[in-house]
Amino acid sequence: MEPDTQLSSVASALAGSDGAPGAGPEPLRGRRIGGTLSPLLRWETGLVVLLIGVVIFGLDTSSAFTSDSYLFSQVLGGQVGEIALMTLPMALIIITGEIDLSVASTAGMASSLMGYLFMHHWSIALIFVTVLAMGAVAGAFNGFLVTRVGLPSLAVTIGTLTLYRGIAIGILGANTYSTFPTFWTNIGVNPVPGLPFMSWAFLIFLVMAALVGIVLHMTPLGRTLFAIGANREAAQFAGIRVKRTKFMLYTFSGVVCAFVGILLTFRLNTAVSNNAYGLELTVVATALLGGISIFGGKGTIVGVLLANLVFAGIEGALYLTTGFNESAFPIVTGGLLLASVLIPNFPELRRRAREAVHRRRRLHGAAPSVEQGVSR
Amino acid sequence: MSTAATAETQPREEPTNQTRFVDLALRARTFGIVGVLGLVVLVTTSIQSRFLSSNDVQFILSGAAIYAVMAVGEAMVIVTRNVDLSVGSVAGLSAFVCAGLFHELPGIPTVAVFAIGALLGGGCGLITGLLSAICRIPSLVVTLAMLWIVRSVDVLLVGGAQVTAGQVPRSFLLIFYDTIPGIGVPDIAVGAAVLAVAVYFYMSSFRSGRDLYAIGSDPDAARLAGIPIAKRITTAFVMSGALAGIAGVLYASQIGTIDSTAATGYELQVIASVVIGGVAIFGGSGNVIGAALGALLLGTITSALYTLGVNQNWDEAFQGLLIILAITLDRGIQAQLASALRRRRVRLGA
Repeated sequence: MEPDTQLSSVASALAGSDGAPGAGPEPLRGRRIGGTLSPLLRWETGLVVLLIGVVIFGLDTSSAFTSDSYLFSQVLGGQVGEIALMTLPMALIIITGEIDLSVASTAGMASSLMGYLFMHHWSIALIFVTVLAMGAVAGAFNGFLVTRVGLPSLAVTIGTLTLYRGIAIGILGANTYSTFPTFWTNIGVNPVPGLPFMSWAFLIFLVMAALVGIVLHMTPLGRTLFAIGANREAAQFAGIRVKRTKFMLYTFSGVVCAFVGILLTFRLNTAVSNNAYGLELTVVATALLGGISIFGGKGTIVGVLLANLVFAGIEGALYLTTGFNESAFPIVTGGLLLASVLIPNFPELRRRAREAVHRRRRLHGAAPSVEQGVSR
Repeated sequence: MSTAATAETQPREEPTNQTRFVDLALRARTFGIVGVLGLVVLVTTSIQSRFLSSNDVQFILSGAAIYAVMAVGEAMVIVTRNVDLSVGSVAGLSAFVCAGLFHELPGIPTVAVFAIGALLGGGCGLITGLLSAICRIPSLVVTLAMLWIVRSVDVLLVGGAQVTAGQVPRSFLLIFYDTIPGIGVPDIAVGAAVLAVAVYFYMSSFRSGRDLYAIGSDPDAARLAGIPIAKRITTAFVMSGALAGIAGVLYASQIGTIDSTAATGYELQVIASVVIGGVAIFGGSGNVIGAALGALLLGTITSALYTLGVNQNWDEAFQGLLIILAITLDRGIQAQLASALRRRRVRLGA
């Protein structure tokens, strides 16, 4: 009993529930919109409009924005594909009402381990297997602490964020390794043959997004994740193995992040302990902008895909804008994140403001109006 | 909800067996941190006697004081079942603005600089609090956005510039190192301790302070009890911001040379301190003294590992293990408490 209540309260803890009537697992958005499909349509449509706006803004700044080389070098290349890959398991985990803040540290740890193993002349195949296995172990450890020990995932993954980064530092220390075989480092430098604007990492992301999207939206397993996020107890009583499912998601997250660590190391041609430092919050923000509800139980992979494109597009467009300090890009990310939660909340806010006015009127002794009865 | 929360919200009742037992257990939680702290110091000193040399102790205390000040504010927020991820950015902004003041307004009194730091931080906290409490946006999302927005404002303000140690008065740089004559305890450590005790007193003895626990234990019940939830949560965020602002000024005093990356990543360290200090991450239980001690414990362990000659590279890994250990331990204690309480209730026929 006790662990269950604790666990289920994580979602509301994350949500910073302030006791709205019907706060907690109540969905953040979509409540006021009728129909089952329309809330999804609305969110993704908004993102599409935003994306079109970004492209227009980019083209307006410079016609080079949509050129193959620019798309590859500043929009879809770089770390965009790597971040995007990590948003997939993050989306799944947030849908089940948990969170994983250790993703970037896991990638960093993978990068460190890879450098270490290369230094010790292991064979490439063995290195890949070992690094991915380490990712699985890292994810499974998170999953174990969250599901079996029953700790809140926010606290656990802040702990493992420090732990895994610590192990990354421990493995390599101040050393760097940067003599990887060119065959592999080329995948980070060159676009996909035949698609001159596409980086390998982003292509892998697209393929994986399709797979994850199919599993999430078209299979019983996917429905299970939504069920867990919507109501953990109900899911449990419906015979869903909640703990095992979450455990598997964390393990999946660990493997994907380790894979990202490999991609990142090859792209930079450097294994160093602070690789991927601080990316976890970008990953979370992208998932949230993609319409994944922080309360769990809601969201689509299409939204996540669009959010990744929006963020990549904005950054690419801002690079073209002269006179904008690129270290200040996060102001756009932050503003967008705020807007993405504020705007869907407006109808709810207006309703509550109206209620507050009524309440005050009643307190001041005015005759209760007819509207008041209606609004209740 | 949790038993710990039950105890925290009932201390004004007649001390029955039940409340006395739970009170004791909760106090033991804070004593537990002191115990671990003592153990770390004892073990380290027995191996390497120079660990307790006054310089080391002063450095540990001063360094931990900055985190402790932020942890006190963060604990106030976490008790209400919210979280503030923006403290690192707020401290960074405050550090730059305040250190810059010495340059732009020569002769400005240090007290005024601290006040401006607190106001600046409090302003950021007010925005966060209003967005979170009035607009009902989950605090994790708001403060994540604020983390970036405030940091970007800092970047735009700073540009490529920086405040160097030469531009601030020497007396300001000494604030971090000044000690109370005779005892040798750093001023700012004493300040942080006084702050923690004062906020502890406020949160345990004032109605508005108790409200924070009530909100964190059960928001719905708190609302039905007529607690002005939005106001209290906003207050907690303003406090957290103001204290982060003050910590930023202290950071400027410690480091001297400030650019736009000041205090980056402090937020997770601060939350770790709060969690180690026994404040439940989903609110309703724990106290700020524990949070401040959590910061001290983290600082002491880092220093102890260094003194013991443990490879510095493994510091952060140890810290991570410690955080996980602390929350696991807390979980165990809470489970024990819950079953003990249940047995007691059965016996009392409640």
